Parts: sequence; C-alpha cells; structure tokens
Amino acid sequence: MSYFSDIYKGIKTLLTGMSVTGKYFLTSRKGAITQQYPDNRATLKMFDRFRGEVIMPHDEENRHRCTGCQKCEIACPNGTIEIIWDRGIDEETGKKKKKIDKFVYHLSMCTMCGLCIDVCPTDAIEWGQNFENSVYDRTALTRVLNKPGSKLMPGVED
Amino acid sequence: MIRALSITRSIHDWLYSSMSENMAYFIEMVLIAIVYLAIFAVAGLFLVLIERRVAAWFQLRIGPNRVGFQGLLQTMADALKLLSKELTGTEKADKFLYNLAPYFVIITALMALAVIPFTQDFQAFDINIGILFLIAISSIGVIGILLGGWSSNNKFALIGAMRSGVQTISYELSIGLSLLTMILITGSLQLSEIVEVQKSGWLIVQGHIPAIIAFMIYMIAGTAETNRAPFDMAEAESELGAGFHTEYSGMKFAYFFLAEFINMFIIAAIATTVFFGAWLSPFGITESIPILGVFWFLAKAMVLVFLMMWFRWTFPRLRVDQLLTLEWKYLLPLNLMNIVIMALIVWLNLTIQF
Repeated sequence: MSYFSDIYKGIKTLLTGMSVTGKYFLTSRKGAITQQYPDNRATLKMFDRFRGEVIMPHDEENRHRCTGCQKCEIACPNGTIEIIWDRGIDEETGKKKKKIDKFVYHLSMCTMCGLCIDVCPTDAIEWGQNFENSVYDRTALTRVLNKPGSKLMPGVED
Repeated sequence: MIRALSITRSIHDWLYSSMSENMAYFIEMVLIAIVYLAIFAVAGLFLVLIERRVAAWFQLRIGPNRVGFQGLLQTMADALKLLSKELTGTEKADKFLYNLAPYFVIITALMALAVIPFTQDFQAFDINIGILFLIAISSIGVIGILLGGWSSNNKFALIGAMRSGVQTISYELSIGLSLLTMILITGSLQLSEIVEVQKSGWLIVQGHIPAIIAFMIYMIAGTAETNRAPFDMAEAESELGAGFHTEYSGMKFAYFFLAEFINMFIIAAIATTVFFGAWLSPFGITESIPILGVFWFLAKAMVLVFLMMWFRWTFPRLRVDQLLTLEWKYLLPLNLMNIVIMALIVWLNLTIQF
C-alpha cells in the first residue's frame, strides 16, 4: 500500500515547497535583494568583504601604520605597488631609520588578489569598498596612498 | 450564434439595417475577430508582464519597473523590439512548415478563446459541444510545436518537439477525464449550460471531494499541457537551448511566446468555467449587474494563473520518465477512480446544492 502513502507524501512535500516560496513572495517587498544602483547611490553600502581598491587608513593625526618594509611590493604578482622610501632621522631615538616617502598604487594593474594585504605585518593597508573607479584618464588610476605629510604611527614597530 | 452585450446588440441592428444581410454578417465576423485579436494581444502582453513581476517577487527581486508606471509598458516595448528584428532561419529548414508552425499555435489559442464565456452573452461562439471543442482545439496546438521543431532542422528543436508530443498526448487524457468528471454533474458540454448549473453552487462545492481531486488533477495536467515548468521539457532552456523554438526569431518567436501565455490563460479560464462558476459572483452579490461578470471571471482566472506561476517558480523540472510515471501510474488511475466516485455521488444525489 505504499502507492497511496507515496501520493500523500508527494502532495505534502509539494505543499511544503509552495509554502516556502509563498513566504518569499509575501516578504519580497521588504526583503528584495535588488539594488537599484544609480538611484540609491547615496545609501548604497558595499559589504565588508568587497574588494574595491587598496587603501591605507590614517588616524586623525594623519599617521599611518606603514613601516616601509616593502613586503607588499615583493608579494604583488604584477608590480602594482611601488614604494619610494628614504632614510630619515627618528625623533625619539635620534637614529637614522627607513621610512616611506610615497606608497604608489597602480589601480589599473591591480587584480584584487589581496596578497599585499595578507602579507602586511603591520596591517597598514586594507580593502576599501569604493567601486566607482572609472575615470577618463588612466593616470588618475595611479594613486599615492599615504597622505602628504603623514607619519608613522608610534608603537607599530615594537 | 453570435450573442453579444447590449452595446454590440445596437451595432448588430445598425449593421443589418444599413446593408445586405450577407455583407452585415461578414462585417460582424470581421469586427468580432478584431476584438478577439485585441484581447489576445493585450492579454498576452499583460500576462508576460505579470509573469515577470511575480517571478521576481518569488525570487526576492523587484522585476521590470522602469518602462512606464511600475513597468506597465515593458512588454509593449519588448514586442516592438521583436517586431523590428530580422526573421532568421536555418539553411536547410523546411521553409513552408517552418513559417506555418507559429500560426498553428496562435490560431488554435485564438479559437479556444472564442468559446470562453467572459460574462453573460459575452461569448463569441456558444456551441453545444463547448468543452469537447476546447479539449480538441488545445490539442491541435501541439501540431504547431511539432512542426516548428521538426522543420527547423535543429537537433535540440527536434528533441524539444518530440518531448512536447509525448507530454501533450499523455496529459490530454487527464485533462479530458478530469473535465469529464465534472460533466457528470452538469450533464451538458455547452459552456453556457455549465454556468447555468452553477447558479446553485459552484461545481467545486457541488461535487465536494471528487471535484477537488478532479481540480487538482486538472491543474497538474493543465500545467503540463501548456509546457510550463515543472513540465517544461519541451523548452528546457538548460538542456535544449530553447527547445522547439530555438531557431525562431523576431515576431515568429513572439507568436510562440504569446501563445504559451494565452494557453495558460485558457487553461485557467476553463478551470474557472468548469469548477468556479465562470462569471457568477460569489453568493450572487452582483447578480443584477451582468457586466461585472467580466471582472469576476478575470479575477478567478487570474488567481488560477497565479497558482500556475507559483508552481513554475517552486518546483524543479521533471525527467521524461518521471513525467510519464506521474501521468500513467498516478493521475490516470486516480482519475478513473474519481469518475466512479463522482458517478456514485451524482446517482445517490449526494451533491451539495444551495
């Protein structure tokens, strides 16, 4: 007599499926995942793991965490990162010390592989969520990530 | 033969008074054909839009909402685009059959539309074998699909067409038998008569348990008959490209597309007529205003169309063997059993009537 129980189970499972989609149908107005992009530009926030571009966060006193170790430059498979560095006198100890002059990042060559961010020992660079990167001139894609006049954050190298 | 509302009655009188009888008859035919073509086009485009919006809502999307208010003109724009596209075909296609196939599909859909009672007296062709005519016509549509698949000289199209043939021929049985179950109550095949019987309760109430079983079987078989998911093996875009209409482009593709949606509407309309009292309002609340029958008819049909869309966006596609198992091992025996139960109920006067 599995014939009739098969029919019963069949109908029951079909109704279960229909109730699931039915719930989606009723809640779709509130929970629609579609982003109507150019309209919601002001409110659109990309998710945390989105890889838009490499950025270097600075604190409010214009200090970054980059020591100029160049590990990211070595890790980059396509030469996206160029670090122009210099030796300057450290204010605390008075000794000569390596520091970055310019952290040059070529967005046009970046494949967003994330190796530079993985390899950075001081977490100086991270992913930015900006995705509107189109420009009319490709030189605009070459960026200097450290802000002018920025310094190394104390305590990073300890 | 041609019954009409009071507006059309005055047009009818004017035509017959101003010209010879044959001429007036001919012009009347043409007018009615134009009206039904307009219904066909508008309903087809409207259903495509509804389908897209409903599909989007089921998938937590928004759907087309840019062209016109809430995307109302979207399908109109699509149709214009398809009209302006080139009609391509394969090199070794059987040109005559290839061009003929889409017309088979839409003409059968249109012919079926003519019998449906939208409201009292709004029925182009009220023949005494209405239901039989509808079943017969809706099965002719499959010839168009078979021809299209065969003549376009494409493997995928041929496979799609053959699958469609298998499917439609099997499921016609279930459609016919489930409608036959209801005809045991009405005792007539004429659609206006079937509506008349339902003035003492819709047939799904009158026939209670066997009627509900018949309705379920009818909806399953009807979905299969229109080649919609979960029975869309004739198209099966993930396996066959686009199935039987792979090689069609432009307006010929649009004919197939529109006919599919009109067929869905026709299946829903037959179910409305046979199970849910056609244009009769629930509990006769608007019985004095016959024009509101159109509203009730369309509302009921739309609910059933929505049900078919719900099926489509919930269930995965069946394999061919599963499809045939469902029909021959489950639906058909259940249907035959159901007819016997229904006959007993009618014989013992166990129907519920108000």
